[in-house]
Amino acid sequence: MQAEEKFTPETWPASPEKSTLEAKNKFLGFWLFLGGETVLFATLFATYLALKDKVPGTDHALAKDLFEMPLVFLMTMILLTSSLTSVYAMYHMKNFDFKKMQLWLGITVLLGFAFLGLEIYEFNHYVHEFHHTFTSSAFGSAFYTLVGFHGAHVAFGLAWFITLMVRNSKRGLDLYTAPKFYVASLYWHFIDVVWVFIFTVVYLMGMVG
Amino acid sequence: MANQQPTTGNPRVDIEYRRRKNAEEMRYQVITFSLMIFLTLMAFAAVGFGDFSSWFIAPFIILLAVVQVIFQLYYFMHMSHKGHEAVQLFLYSGVLVAAVTILAFTTIIWW
Repeated sequence: MQAEEKFTPETWPASPEKSTLEAKNKFLGFWLFLGGETVLFATLFATYLALKDKVPGTDHALAKDLFEMPLVFLMTMILLTSSLTSVYAMYHMKNFDFKKMQLWLGITVLLGFAFLGLEIYEFNHYVHEFHHTFTSSAFGSAFYTLVGFHGAHVAFGLAWFITLMVRNSKRGLDLYTAPKFYVASLYWHFIDVVWVFIFTVVYLMGMVG
Repeated sequence: MANQQPTTGNPRVDIEYRRRKNAEEMRYQVITFSLMIFLTLMAFAAVGFGDFSSWFIAPFIILLAVVQVIFQLYYFMHMSHKGHEAVQLFLYSGVLVAAVTILAFTTIIWW
């Protein structure tokens, strides 16, 4: 099978994300990268856990003063739902339905922007209401590094999706573009994996004290 | 993969079979999603409404997170499918280093 070959729903292979050598390499290389990302986020989580609530004075806000459940709950639901919508996009990719795939990717991107907007609001709130900044305490540095790194991953994931959608809007699906969409959706799921640990370890455990 | 091309010589039959299979998998994904939402609700409820000691809550919600991440990896990211052996090697190597790092930082930093 050639990467440039034109397909119909009938001739579209069952696993287009792994049908060419390039696609197989991409798939393998990307998972190796995700293994490395796991270690990267683990070091940030470890640093956060070691420096949680380590502030220079009693007037500094601690985790239990900062975090509010409704906002975190909303952000969690939005990101979790965006994970499902990208599964829908890959479902339509496997059925060779480019338009529906683009539609679901578009919904995923909108949810991603909603999440990012709430995170910016949240950080802004901490800085102005609590004077909890990157340099105000070791706790602040560790918190913004961990959660901010995740937020940067969300921003990168959004840019990745949008670039793929715009660049391939006329080309459609073939064995060159399908693996690209598939790998981007894997990245998006991984962002959700990291968030599951962030809302549990940072926010929920922070509220418990 | 090339060997997963239509085999009956009648593409129409294969496409209907494959559409059905894809739709069935999508149904399982939606079930997975509902379970993930349920686990999330349990974690938030345990902290928000539960009257438990933090010695119980912390391990409990971490366990819920681990289960949810397994769903995400094995269903949403298809690790339960064939051809993910190298993927498991990569990811679990990462998880091993991650676990040792977190263990070290949470136990001996303030010793």
